[in-house]
Amino acid sequence: MEASAIVRTVRERAAELLASGRVDLVIGFEQGSMPMRAAPCFVSDADGTDRLVWNSFCGVNLARFLRGRHGRIAVVAKACDTRALVELIKENQLCRTDMVVIGVPCAGMVDSAAVEEITGHAGITGVEEADGRLLLTAGGSPVSLPREDVLCRSCRRCSTRNPVICDIAVGERAPEPEIPGFLDVDQFAALPSEERRTRIEAEMKRCIRCNACRNVCPMCYCVRCFADDAFPQWVGRGGDPGSVMSFHLVRALHLAGRCVECGACERACPTGVDLGILNRRMSADVYRHFGYRPGMAPEIPSPLSTFSPGDPEDFMLEPDRGRSCGCGG
Amino acid sequence: MRRPPGRGITDLVERLLTVAEVYAPVERDQSVVFDRIESAREAAIDRGPAALSPKNLVFPRCEMLLSSSTRGDESGRAPDPGPGGPRVLFGVRPCDARAIALLDRILGGGEKTDSYYIRRRESLVVISIGCTESLETCFCETTGGGPRSTEGSDILLEDLGDRCEASIITEKGVWLAGQIGLEHDPAGARTPRGPAPPAGPAADLAELKKRLDRSFEDQCWRDIALKCIGCGVCTFLCPACHCFDVIDEETAGVRVRSRIWDSCQFPAFTEQASGYNPRPSAAERFRQRVMHKFSYCIERYGMPGCVGCGRCVSRCPVNLDIRTVTASFLGDGGEP
Repeated sequence: MEASAIVRTVRERAAELLASGRVDLVIGFEQGSMPMRAAPCFVSDADGTDRLVWNSFCGVNLARFLRGRHGRIAVVAKACDTRALVELIKENQLCRTDMVVIGVPCAGMVDSAAVEEITGHAGITGVEEADGRLLLTAGGSPVSLPREDVLCRSCRRCSTRNPVICDIAVGERAPEPEIPGFLDVDQFAALPSEERRTRIEAEMKRCIRCNACRNVCPMCYCVRCFADDAFPQWVGRGGDPGSVMSFHLVRALHLAGRCVECGACERACPTGVDLGILNRRMSADVYRHFGYRPGMAPEIPSPLSTFSPGDPEDFMLEPDRGRSCGCGG
Repeated sequence: MRRPPGRGITDLVERLLTVAEVYAPVERDQSVVFDRIESAREAAIDRGPAALSPKNLVFPRCEMLLSSSTRGDESGRAPDPGPGGPRVLFGVRPCDARAIALLDRILGGGEKTDSYYIRRRESLVVISIGCTESLETCFCETTGGGPRSTEGSDILLEDLGDRCEASIITEKGVWLAGQIGLEHDPAGARTPRGPAPPAGPAADLAELKKRLDRSFEDQCWRDIALKCIGCGVCTFLCPACHCFDVIDEETAGVRVRSRIWDSCQFPAFTEQASGYNPRPSAAERFRQRVMHKFSYCIERYGMPGCVGCGRCVSRCPVNLDIRTVTASFLGDGGEP
């Protein structure tokens, strides 16, 4: 289905949902203030659904915007948005019956910074999409780029193109890519430890602690984030590189088994920190130890929040002791 | 397409390097930031505007104010003595220079001055280069500046290829020009290499302020801030934002009191010890950002707290575009 047909269908379905009173609010994307930007938008009136768009720049994970809102909500969701919805439902943060998922297949989102890099930062005044290409007006001249060349880092390794949960399917199913595995994680892990440390420290050095990664993340919803706590202060706020590292490491651990790899954090980062180095490692570990990929199946419980008496305990240093006294420690 | 700087610019940088520490836009990890350079080759003048503003040089993200030892001895680190000799901030855009002019009014002028700021600022000479192109995100003219604004610059250059013309603006500029044999061109920055680019429509700032002041209790802020995720991208990238927090931290027996950038977009910015927060939601916090820039700064310092550099426009994760917001108050409702 052509992009324009998808947009038309999204608008029609959204208008029907609002007009019939089935939902009180539709969360989707609208055209941003300039080319190569789409912005989250909130429509509560059937007449307002003409604002809705769908294109290669809808990178924000909209699952982030559902929590804490009253009423029934429809959300225009791509695959990774639905994966986050699935996890949020499992964590009792959202109620499946209160939401209508308008699912849109996704061919990956475009990294506007990568486009700007290729076009030499010439002002981009127009962008259209056709046949897997971006047709840009850059510095007054037409430029055509294959979408594949400018996809976001997370979208290049995406394993899920179609919504996992869906009430209203828009467009034809996208071909699912072969699950790419964790080649990047293994390659990084194969580096000497000093080199890994240097690479990670170089990434952390660029962090300015603006919290965009955390705030844009659909799975970061703690009422009080450890990084904001003052009593006790878990992590320093000053310039100590260890504090910056602590923030990102603790965040990665909090996201283990929950991160849906949407890459929203990387896209939001104003200095381009490669957070994938940490988050992908967590994803690889969770997959390898538990065979679990977050957000893929509503009926499978999250491994790190589930206990079963049959769980292997081979990580315990003195397993026999635990068993004999019955106290588990 | 961006052109590399002319011979005139690189010659000038070489001469500057013989008399001062030079800070210029440099390429680091595929983005452009301001840092110290040792040779003219390092300066990335042609790589587009820097991702981070140069305010870090006069108002670092984290700055030690004082330190002491927990052991009761003298082993605490002494405060950072700050820069020694003269430093040159080279190759800033006029909008970034104008932001320094605002910081000067806030931290370096009036009845209360900030000694930490002044220590870094006094030794800094600002050399800007007139813009010959504007980006989609530029709106300096909307905020009262322009691609050849001299505010905040000690010297404004015009890149004419094999030479550059200089407008020497301040006493500091005269001093530095004398050191490197740079002459004031009476027509300097008036015979531009390229036509002055349009950079946003001129706005009636007085009218904007009036309308904003009337809107304080308006419900519109709730709608405007609906998509705001409350991160600090806009404020931390802003060359003019200057709010800070003071923190005490202790490592290995040394207590350090530092000042760090803070953001009015963070809930903790106004949270009181009782738990009460006078700005409980994104609506109040985003309103504060706009009010501070286009009402309070104009009232107190005679210029807006926004210079139209476009960094917040470019990098806001949810495209909450301050141009659209101010334009909506000016009545046309649509794009700026």
